[in-house]
Amino acid sequence: MLSLRVNGTAHEVEVPADMPLLWVLRDVIGLTGTKFGCGIAQCGACTVHLDGKPVRACILPVGSVGARQVTTVEVVGQSAAGRKIQEAWIALDVPQCGYCQSGQVMSAAALLARTPQPSDADIASAMSGNICRCGTYMRIRAAIKQASEA
Amino acid sequence: MIANLSRRGLLGGIAAGGLVLGIGLPAARGQQQQRFGADGMPNGWRDDPRLFVAIAEDGIVTITCHRQEMGQGVRTSIPMVIAEELEADWSKVRVTQAPGDEARFGNQDTDGSRSLRHFFTPMRHAGAAARTMLEAAAAKQWGVPAEEVRAANHAVLHEKSGRSLGFGALARAAAEMPVPDRTTLRLKDPASFRLIGKDTVGLLDNHDITTGRAGYGIDARVEGMLHAVVARPPVFGGKVTSFDAAEALAVPGVVKVVAIDAPAIPSEFQPLGGIAVIARNTWAAMQGRDKLKITWDDGPHAVYSSDTYRAQLQEAARKPGKVVRSAGDVDRALAGAAKRVEAEYYIPHLAQTPLEPPAALVRIRDGQCEAWACTQAPQATRTRLAQRLKLPEDKVTVHVTLLGGGFGRKSKPDFVLEAGLCSQAMDGAPVKLTWTREDDLHHGFYHTVSVERLEAGLDADGKPVAWLHRSVAPTIGSIFAPDPKHELPLELGMGMVNLPFPIPNIRMENPEAVAHARIGWFRSVSNIPHAFAIQSFVAELAHAAGRDPKDYLLELIGPPRLYDPTDLGDVWNHGEDPKRYPIDTGRLRRVVEAAAEGIGWGRAMPQGSGLGLAGHYSFVSYVAAAVEVKMGSRGEISFPRVDIAIDCGPQVNPERIRSQMEGAVVMGTGLALSAEVSFKDGRVQQNNFDAYELTRIDSAPREIRVHLLPSRDYSQPLGGVGEPGVPPVAPAIANAVFAATGKRIRQLPIRDQLTT
Repeated sequence: MLSLRVNGTAHEVEVPADMPLLWVLRDVIGLTGTKFGCGIAQCGACTVHLDGKPVRACILPVGSVGARQVTTVEVVGQSAAGRKIQEAWIALDVPQCGYCQSGQVMSAAALLARTPQPSDADIASAMSGNICRCGTYMRIRAAIKQASEA
Repeated sequence: MIANLSRRGLLGGIAAGGLVLGIGLPAARGQQQQRFGADGMPNGWRDDPRLFVAIAEDGIVTITCHRQEMGQGVRTSIPMVIAEELEADWSKVRVTQAPGDEARFGNQDTDGSRSLRHFFTPMRHAGAAARTMLEAAAAKQWGVPAEEVRAANHAVLHEKSGRSLGFGALARAAAEMPVPDRTTLRLKDPASFRLIGKDTVGLLDNHDITTGRAGYGIDARVEGMLHAVVARPPVFGGKVTSFDAAEALAVPGVVKVVAIDAPAIPSEFQPLGGIAVIARNTWAAMQGRDKLKITWDDGPHAVYSSDTYRAQLQEAARKPGKVVRSAGDVDRALAGAAKRVEAEYYIPHLAQTPLEPPAALVRIRDGQCEAWACTQAPQATRTRLAQRLKLPEDKVTVHVTLLGGGFGRKSKPDFVLEAGLCSQAMDGAPVKLTWTREDDLHHGFYHTVSVERLEAGLDADGKPVAWLHRSVAPTIGSIFAPDPKHELPLELGMGMVNLPFPIPNIRMENPEAVAHARIGWFRSVSNIPHAFAIQSFVAELAHAAGRDPKDYLLELIGPPRLYDPTDLGDVWNHGEDPKRYPIDTGRLRRVVEAAAEGIGWGRAMPQGSGLGLAGHYSFVSYVAAAVEVKMGSRGEISFPRVDIAIDCGPQVNPERIRSQMEGAVVMGTGLALSAEVSFKDGRVQQNNFDAYELTRIDSAPREIRVHLLPSRDYSQPLGGVGEPGVPPVAPAIANAVFAATGKRIRQLPIRDQLTT
């Protein structure tokens, strides 16, 4: 039995320690906002925050999370950075299919929290791990800039 | 959503007596009389308001969307059309997704860029008919002539008396009114549109998507659900010889291991067969699959290697093949030309890789099968699920989730059938089946691989007098028929045979190609290789003639005129009536001019930078892209700007047209720069996104400017939007690279061809 703190709630989960956090969130706890896209930390769809830092949940063994707080897209809007990012995403109609956007929002929220006024280079660096197959990158950049001015 | 609606007292369903009440549903229309457009699609179209509009007593309007959302915005745009004619307040509109049921809703196969093209008019009629019923109910209640009342802003008004009733108050009475005949409907004057053609409405699912609440196929969950993955034959057409599941079954959480039969070839949309591992969670299923010991019989396609296959395609392209269009005497004109130019272009297989991989949940209870799936084709899914599970079709329900991208991959229901077979093997227990990214790349329905060979003869002025085009590519037809070796009319009609250049001597040929993998449609389909070859070649001819590529392209297009596509040898014309949808060279000219003007064509470019241009007609729309490239010191490419212009006829949702064009530019950039699926010994060599490289934020064009050519005449037919943006992007990039470096790109992806 592993103890996990997800979105402020304690969970006891009976899973092997090497199971990636992604599948614990999705299949065991039932939080499906965090997406599966590649399983090898190449696309960023599974991005969550561990104590505020963005990590790829698809390769993170749940046993290595320990006491760190897991935050997912379902509650990231409770932080100022997360809320600003989500508002900008909606205002600029960023999503197309939307599947990658959970991960994009999580990466962007983490960026904004640590770098309130990100440059283009900051955005490229923080967001280049997140693939959008629909190609919404221009709006993602614009939305991050808009959120940074909010 | 359903629960919320019922709490509001939805006037719908069979019992409640609302507008949605299904008495005497309309029969399939049109199919016998005509064969183009929506009439030519299986199960045609419907416009009965009772199918698409329900109004609750609290005034909430629920619109049923029968087309599938995969990022193109159809769940926003179709309801917009209905709400416009209904005079509904958009803030009081909710949208529900239809299950797969074409007998009821008309065609639901969401591909070919045709949702609005085919359903704009039916949906206007549905909205106008519902509005007419509300007006009739109000007039009856007030005892005034129906002509004296009119609906506006979610209410019906009687100006003479100043009375008004809200839609909610009228809902029950309106449901009792006869459905008006469509020929009597009064459609709105486009000048009074509030939603159509405006940017007033945001993306319907935006909030749910952004907060992680949107439901995709992979997110479907029901009580007691199991999870499955499948080990499939590594080579197309292979079979399991033997397998040992003992170690897989020993993995904690693994419940069962099930063999899925290999399909007969051609395999159409059937699963590839293999061994399914069913477990308590996805991770356990994946771990179990890793422990399977399977011996495969690879079958005949283990010979497939992309390097040797490419050589075969080239060899075929250098010899005569089946003639698919011919005018004049090309051989004589070539022999007499002042200058001859020839070039071969290669594009490898591509995979759609929607970011949500194929995934579906199926359960079978009491003889009833329910599927939740991210499918572009819910009716095809339903039919084949019923066939494969040996259930009557009316016992199968396909609920459609959001699609995390589709791009043609999710038109094929193989993954839903796999889930159905797993559920059946578990006595009907709910099973969600997920494809990993490796599965998606290894077992796809790939974009074809192609060699396009072009040869032209120029006269003394540099003008082409002869044009010889050979296209060699395995056909999509190979998944439907045994071993066809020629492209289908629909493939040849994607920008090859319907070339609208007034060249006196033209011959087009399609030499044979054998398919060794499943070929499927990928966003824009054969337009991609045809546009890449033709639009690159035009720029090559311009160079050979010493002319500006834009001027040369416009001269080749020639003055504005209309072509009947059948006169060009295109019997397909994207399924549309050639009289209603002629090829209009004036429109092609205008998008080329708009893109060129947008990028500032002709401006002085610094060393290592260049502009490229390409225009293409597809999905009965006209698109041109103009690209600025900037070469880095080691030959790496960046894109400061792309201008893309589209004329898709009347525009329903300009905001989503812009977003589709932006996305098309990025997808076109990815296939130009880095995307490739290659085979060795029948096996796909790319496992995941580390090797199948897609465009990322730091490699995508920095700025994309979309130019929508104005069209306010809503009596004109609509063109497609989802796909036609892609084809001109890669040739525009290649042409820009040539302008910047003098190096001509003739094979994609560019990858390291320019690095030093």
